[in-house]
Amino acid sequence: MGTSVFYFVAALSVFFSLMVIFSKNPVHSVLYLIVTFFTFTVHYILLNAQFLAVVNFIVYMGAIMVLFLFVLMLLNLNKENEPLKSNLVKIVGVIAGCCLIVTIMGSLKATSVSDPVVLTNPNLGLLKNLGKELFGPFMLPFELSSILLLTAMVGAVLLTKKEKV
Amino acid sequence: MDITFVIEKFILVTIIFAISLVIAMYSTYAERKVAAFLQDRLGPDRAGPFGMLQPLADGLKMFMKEEIIPTNSSKWLFMVGPGLAMLTACIGTAVIPWGSAITIGDRIVPLQVADINVGILYIFGVVSLGVYGVMIGGWASNNKYSLLSAIRAASQNISYEIAMGLSIIALLLVTNTMSLKEIVEQQHGWHWNVLYQPLGFIIFIVCSFAETNRAPFDLPECETELIGGYHTEYSSMKLGFYLFAEYINMFVSSAVMATLYFGGYNYPGMDWVLVHAGPVIGPLIGTVVFFMKIFTFIFFFMWVRWTIPRFRYDQLMHLGWKGLIPLAIANIIITGIVIAIIEKF
Repeated sequence: MGTSVFYFVAALSVFFSLMVIFSKNPVHSVLYLIVTFFTFTVHYILLNAQFLAVVNFIVYMGAIMVLFLFVLMLLNLNKENEPLKSNLVKIVGVIAGCCLIVTIMGSLKATSVSDPVVLTNPNLGLLKNLGKELFGPFMLPFELSSILLLTAMVGAVLLTKKEKV
Repeated sequence: MDITFVIEKFILVTIIFAISLVIAMYSTYAERKVAAFLQDRLGPDRAGPFGMLQPLADGLKMFMKEEIIPTNSSKWLFMVGPGLAMLTACIGTAVIPWGSAITIGDRIVPLQVADINVGILYIFGVVSLGVYGVMIGGWASNNKYSLLSAIRAASQNISYEIAMGLSIIALLLVTNTMSLKEIVEQQHGWHWNVLYQPLGFIIFIVCSFAETNRAPFDLPECETELIGGYHTEYSSMKLGFYLFAEYINMFVSSAVMATLYFGGYNYPGMDWVLVHAGPVIGPLIGTVVFFMKIFTFIFFFMWVRWTIPRFRYDQLMHLGWKGLIPLAIANIIITGIVIAIIEKF
């Protein structure tokens, strides 16, 4: 039961990710990306990680993708004003893509398969356990990553500020 | 999973769904009556006694109108928009505890569809998803005014979500849980959270006005600037869905406010009533009290709409980013300090 649900949702994830790339209209791409993120939320629920699922839901689907959509709607990109690419650029693109896939396959072949991870506590993803882990053994990395985010935020605000004359 | 459990939940979901639709329907009537009262008019009084059948007449009119889909719109998304608005408005009710558990025979029936341990975050996620209905509809209409309105809605929602989340964090410091059921149980009798978090409540209610696009923050449908806003191009029941979703949103956010800050189904003297009224009627009286709180909030929403003029867009952003967010952060810090001091002594 669990495995078949996983394969079904995973197939949906792959399908919608492909639709992100193949849609001509950028707004449609973003909408497909939102659906892809929704399938990720379902994956988290299947892994019994409720908190991660809801946070993924709020942050990615509810905030970041709204901003993406916002920017794309403002730019109003569509097929008519998309610059036509020459054949040379297309051929170069195909060759570069093939090179990338060969490199990825080579590196995947070289790495060894790790042992399957077995959680000592299957309820690790529930809110209380996750909080105890994050603010206990993983306190320092957690705080450091929050400082990193803060730095990025301050940097973004600084970039948008006009220089004082 | 036994079959009675499924039937029980199915009945509960159906009842809640029907109640939210009926309340949304009669909110349109109530809104016009409240407006009439505040402006010293009569309001609708022709359809049925006191105009009670007015919402039915309006609904019928919506269904009978011609359905128009603009030629240059993206047709599929144009249809998805109102449906999404309606869906996100309705699913918020799933985690709200409508009353304490009823005991029938030896079976305990909780009056809550799902008690998940991240209940508040679920509500928050549904709220943040609500803007997609407006954005998709506005963009798919292929109309500049609709697009402007969709963009306004998006930036307004994102701005006020932050202050809303921060005010909830202060509340969580007090309650120590994210499960709505436990939060309500903690507020037994008159220990309502609004007494511990008055500032947090004020921030939350202002933000929920902005999130439901109600006046004075109804900039996405500002008639004087944007014709009809994001639903300019919509007609028939698609327009009806957008209007309806707004009232359901209002109902859900009233229920959330009553749950988080005003004790849900708790009221002073409830223990005495529970003992005397029995295990079925007792909890149902609590539910009635809960609905009275919700109706008070809905009335408050309408009262504000017909009292305060609409904000200008820069004033809206100014209030959100420079007023409410610093205030909410200050509220978190003060709450944290007070809790630390109380635990120390």
